[in-house]
Amino acid sequence: MEQLILTVILTSVPLIFAASGELIAERSGVLNLGVEGMMLMGAVSAFAIAMGTGSPILGMFAGAFAGALTAGIFAFFTLGLATNQVATGLALTIFGTGLSGLIGAPLVGHAIDGLPQIHIPMLSDIPILGMLLFQHDIMVYLAVIMVGLCAWVLNATRVGLIIRAVGDNHDSAHALGYSVLGVRLLAVMFGGMMAGLGGAYLPLVLTPHWAEGMTAGRGWIALALVVFASWRPWRVLGGALVFGGITIMQLAGQARGWTIPSQFLSMLPYLATIIVLVLISRNREFALANSPACLGRIFHAGK
Amino acid sequence: MISLIPRKDIPLALTVMTPIIAIALTLIVGAIIFATLGYDPLQALYQFFIAPVSRPDQIGDLFVKACPLIIIASGLVFCFRANVWNIGAEGQLILGAVFSGYVALTFPGLPGWAMMPLMVIASMLGGLLWAMIPALLKTRFNTNEILVSLMLTYVAALLIDWIVRGPWRDPMSFGFPLTKMYEDAALISRIELPGIGYLGQLHWGVVGALLMAVGAWFVLSRMLVGFQVKVMGAAPRAGRFAGFSPSFVTVMVLGISGAAAGVAGMVEVSANIDQLQPDISFGYGFTAIIVTFLARLNPLAVIGAGLVVALAELGGDSAQIALGMPKVVTGVFKGILLFMLLAGETFNRFRFEIRLPRSAAVKLTGGQN
Repeated sequence: MEQLILTVILTSVPLIFAASGELIAERSGVLNLGVEGMMLMGAVSAFAIAMGTGSPILGMFAGAFAGALTAGIFAFFTLGLATNQVATGLALTIFGTGLSGLIGAPLVGHAIDGLPQIHIPMLSDIPILGMLLFQHDIMVYLAVIMVGLCAWVLNATRVGLIIRAVGDNHDSAHALGYSVLGVRLLAVMFGGMMAGLGGAYLPLVLTPHWAEGMTAGRGWIALALVVFASWRPWRVLGGALVFGGITIMQLAGQARGWTIPSQFLSMLPYLATIIVLVLISRNREFALANSPACLGRIFHAGK
Repeated sequence: MISLIPRKDIPLALTVMTPIIAIALTLIVGAIIFATLGYDPLQALYQFFIAPVSRPDQIGDLFVKACPLIIIASGLVFCFRANVWNIGAEGQLILGAVFSGYVALTFPGLPGWAMMPLMVIASMLGGLLWAMIPALLKTRFNTNEILVSLMLTYVAALLIDWIVRGPWRDPMSFGFPLTKMYEDAALISRIELPGIGYLGQLHWGVVGALLMAVGAWFVLSRMLVGFQVKVMGAAPRAGRFAGFSPSFVTVMVLGISGAAAGVAGMVEVSANIDQLQPDISFGYGFTAIIVTFLARLNPLAVIGAGLVVALAELGGDSAQIALGMPKVVTGVFKGILLFMLLAGETFNRFRFEIRLPRSAAVKLTGGQN
């Protein structure tokens, strides 16, 4: 049982990173559908650097950097050239999937040492809880810290206020003298960095090798998670654990010899995403009250 | 400070040149990426865009590759015109293949004149039903159609995987996940050109694809429903004043594009694969999105755009064989092409103007505004 909970936690880590990064970008008013592409670029860079240098920590930084850089492409087009955000996000996913496959082709079949576990002194000795919460690799702790950081910045700081102002009414924010495009650029790059970290977690911890398209739709689930969390950082954490649990359920089911065909169990995360989206969006007022008012709308100063 | 100024009217030359410039820029950027990764860029571009069409029979194969893309994109034009983002055409394609497969495998004795129409209708129904899920969830619960249609693609892929491994598996397939082969009546035959004979794998489905693109053009430009779609996409407020229902348009465009994707699935199986298997599409549903944008949401231009993108798809195969590049490299081209097209869209809608500091600008533009 402890083992199962542990797996759920590990499975949810990529989702936590990617979803909380996307959350910040969306709160600034930018819908970046390229999460899957950014995660893959993060994953392949992390793997390549970890393999080349032998240091998974350097791999982690490489993943974050690659994710931010990939997001920079998206920012250049959507912010600099005011392109349609939906279509540009799709392009980013297609591009990232292709480029990561091209970069990763010589890496297929190699293995790396994953991130080591860090036992927090004292706390990790607590029975059961210690093992579940305080014997993880550094990225698990980092994921929780980043969610807390996102929540704190958004809700309790001036920076967060500016991000939300830009996301809720870009014309007013512009009139107040804030650089709408500048704020959005940083938010998008931050989102990319987080997606890169989420992608990096796959080869650095979950499966210590590189495979084409190894994110398997996690980027899209992260996008759904942002809606599920109604754009609140802490809810991302809970949502990611739920999705991690559903993903693990199929493995657990197979291990216990459930008679349901495995394909149906594999459908669960996707079906759950749809159901959750319906439940959240059903109440129009609730959905509208929480979503950034300018989400996906193009801003250009020269009107 | 550089500003975007909306254009009042778009020069025709710009409209025509945009896709051409986008393709040229894609080739340049692609060559740079190849060179960076240590491939010979000229050799790579040759393998991608010349080698696949260097023999006459390969022209036929090019049309065959473009066939599903043209069919799907003819439907997607409606969605994107109406600002409805169906990105689950891949799943709708799979359902179309499954539904038409049901007809072909359950009633193998049907004569040809009954089999083909029934299979087409079944495939449309399959794609339509799958597309109705995001459509109804959107109109009823305001659910995001992008995420729902995409999630359903994963579900559809798992569904066909289960079908061909489980209930419909041919007992004589030696454990392979394959259904029985379709009867001849359920297969789409190759075209025998007078005096030339067969041209590669060129089949009658290609003719159907061209007809569908023309049909889509007719509906969009000559019929009231097409007008509704365009109005709801360009000016939803005006559309509502005109009495058009946003929900109706959403359901309709998703229905049209779902049915079209379903037909693409049926054609792909009946013309090329001859039986159902776990992988029946190579991401055509996603690639068709790029075709739709390359055609600038114009159904007639979908034909040319489908051929261009199909060339890159075939190029991926030839680059894989000749240079050992992974197949996904095509995605690099497709992604860059889409970026360039979207950027081109901006240059169509806006002028870029370098604004001088405020005091000077007031003097310079004061009289014009």
